[in-house]
Amino acid sequence: MDLLDPLLLARWQFGLTTLYHFIFVPLTLGMGLVVAIFQTAWYRTGRVKWLHLTRLFGKIFLINFAMGVVTGIVQEFQFGMNWSDYSRFVGDVFGAPLAFEGLMAFFLEATFLGLWIFGWDRLPKGAHLATIWIAWAGASLSAFIILAANAWMQNPVGYKMAPDGSRAELVDFWAVLTNPVALATFPHTMFAAFMFAAAVVIATAAWHLARRQNIEMMRSALRFGMWGMIVAFVGVFFAGDQLAIVMVETQPMKMAAAEALYQSACGANASFSLFTLGTPDGSSELFSVRVPYLLALLSTHTLNGCVEGINDLNAQYIQQWPQFADKLGGDLPFSPIIWVTYWSFRWMMGLGGLAALISVVGLWLTRKNAKREVPQWAWKVAIWSAPLPLLASLVGWVFTEMGRQPWIVFGLMLTQNGVSPNVPGWQVLVSLLAFTAIYAALAVVEIGLVIRTVRKGPDPLPPPGDGSDDESDRELADVPTTVY
Amino acid sequence: MDLAYLWFFIVGFLFVGYFVLDGFDFGVGMSLPFLGKDDISRRQIINTIGPVWDLNETWVIVAGACLFAAFPEWYATLFSGFYLALLLILLALILRGVSFEYRHQREGLKWKRGFDRMIVIGSAVPAFLWGVAVANIVQGVPLDADHNFTGTLLTLLNPYGLLGGLTTLLLFFTHGVYFVALKTDGQVHDDARRLATRSGLATLVAAAAFIVWTIANAIGAGAPLITLVVVAALIAALALVGSIVANLRNREGWAFGLGAVTVVFAVLMLWFALFPNVMPSTTDPAHGLTIANASSTPYTLTIMSWAALIFLPLVLLYQGWTYWVFRKRVSRSRIEQAAAVAH
Repeated sequence: MDLLDPLLLARWQFGLTTLYHFIFVPLTLGMGLVVAIFQTAWYRTGRVKWLHLTRLFGKIFLINFAMGVVTGIVQEFQFGMNWSDYSRFVGDVFGAPLAFEGLMAFFLEATFLGLWIFGWDRLPKGAHLATIWIAWAGASLSAFIILAANAWMQNPVGYKMAPDGSRAELVDFWAVLTNPVALATFPHTMFAAFMFAAAVVIATAAWHLARRQNIEMMRSALRFGMWGMIVAFVGVFFAGDQLAIVMVETQPMKMAAAEALYQSACGANASFSLFTLGTPDGSSELFSVRVPYLLALLSTHTLNGCVEGINDLNAQYIQQWPQFADKLGGDLPFSPIIWVTYWSFRWMMGLGGLAALISVVGLWLTRKNAKREVPQWAWKVAIWSAPLPLLASLVGWVFTEMGRQPWIVFGLMLTQNGVSPNVPGWQVLVSLLAFTAIYAALAVVEIGLVIRTVRKGPDPLPPPGDGSDDESDRELADVPTTVY
Repeated sequence: MDLAYLWFFIVGFLFVGYFVLDGFDFGVGMSLPFLGKDDISRRQIINTIGPVWDLNETWVIVAGACLFAAFPEWYATLFSGFYLALLLILLALILRGVSFEYRHQREGLKWKRGFDRMIVIGSAVPAFLWGVAVANIVQGVPLDADHNFTGTLLTLLNPYGLLGGLTTLLLFFTHGVYFVALKTDGQVHDDARRLATRSGLATLVAAAAFIVWTIANAIGAGAPLITLVVVAALIAALALVGSIVANLRNREGWAFGLGAVTVVFAVLMLWFALFPNVMPSTTDPAHGLTIANASSTPYTLTIMSWAALIFLPLVLLYQGWTYWVFRKRVSRSRIEQAAAVAH
């Protein structure tokens, strides 16, 4: 293996920086909504516990927000820096959603987030509340458009090839926005983000309740978090189910790779393995737990449906794209790395399901007429399970992107043909190492700050009138604004 | 008119917006070692851009995205070609952005000074490198038949590129110091006014040399918009002189406004000099990228034009409103009060 292979390094860099960026995405999407709901509750009821919760989770939101912005710039620059041939090939189609996202959504989100963070003593209460909702709406719109761009790589629609074959050209922007993959991915991603935000709320509340601090507000936060987690899980589940159906239609190879299904199978034989010991490349299987019919149900919504296997699909693709098959070489040129897709698919579902299960147990333990107190171990579980939904989202992305390989745009362009031809391997290596080092250092600082904020809990509010330096602003919230 | 030409100027407008807005952010960041004598004054300086630095930085993302969508070839050639320069800019922007957020999270001088240093470096590096990058785009770089850049980082560090970098560094610095003077009171404000006069004069020297060189290059290359290049250059120079005079006369709003006019017309001058190319080649002119051969299809440009037409005015409106909301000076007493509440 060539350690200075630009393709390999560029792929690692994209994977690393994108997953890292995605830590902050669900915090913006999910935590933004949580904060907006808490603040709305305060606005409507005037109860101070909601204000405390708004401020506390707003602080966690703030710590992450700078990281979200700056790691996002890396994402956009990276297409041109490491993937210039990809950019040349898809720019006419893929660039448009990015531009729309910037003009419509990203400006909106960044501007109104700034207004929310610093506007506590500058805006009337209602207007200030509106800023967080607008910022959240901007973030959600932004998520949709970016997912539509990604969906185009999974399932290219609304384009035609240029007469000389040099690039894909946009012919129907609406088709790009209503790509069935995008329509299923968006709710799946959004609900997953809500799950992570709920998990952070639950962990924070559990930390304080285990120490018998701030009991009333943290009890409200805990119930809110656990119910939110369950509702979000139901959403993730049904959206994911829909996504699987669309995936079987558009990228059957990805579904086959998710199950490591080499031979096509129907009905009871289309079983879903919960766990496999041995080599999941199909050569030998030592032990596995299988649920018959489940794969057929998952893929086709019928018990007797058939699922195509990797071998059949591969043979079919070699017929369809002989020129790409020659370039890729090997026996199974069109197969992704099976152990990656197989295990990432299971970890995604397992971690997400576990997070939801913990909330169900938590609701039982904290029910109104519970006879015994919540045991300390249960609080510990609630605290330590905070990262579960995030990890589920991250392995979910590993699955969806690795499952698309060897394509960068399914059926149109191979990943190996997208990389910048003129950037030497050592430069990609330098940038990979630099990003890894900086991102790792920042993660340490970031996690330390979040934990500190959680432990410190809500700030005491100053007596009314002290928050604003302008006594004439009577209608403003008596809350001190953020100051760097 | 061909929409690609319109988009050449829309992308230009977005980069103008970015350099005007994040430019003074960089200047504010770079001014810390000169104006921030104690922690309160450093916080005063940082808080002048607290609520707006992120929306200012958003402009580079939108400018980059529109460049990608409207001119995929230009985007691909530029970003893969200027790889290490852009990498340095990215790393600097990351360190700077998080430093704003992190420095106030903990007390302790060591913690805060560490992030102060990162703010200064994170502001100076992009302020310099953006100038180097834009100067090299206008001057031309070695490209092969596939429009791929064949030089290295050292190719970019030629005399004209370095002068461009020095000019933006000084210009952004001065513009930022005008902003600090406009938005603070007390010692910081007084120091900023004195500093702006000195840095303004230094900027004038560098800018004059850069302008003359740019015009000479444009004449040599037979730039079709040469009249506009000269007009924009003159306006930029006059605005810079005007800003220095306004600063001397204690008219801070005028000084800052004219500083912005300087940045706008300096970028416009470069854009006019570039037209109708987007990335001229110094090896074989036929390898160069032009508005015509780098742009997207008319269909893509049409829908993007609608988006820009509808959303850009809205963006300007709500961002302008944001600046209005945060129009008050960041007073020393306000920071002291906030510091007292926190502890």
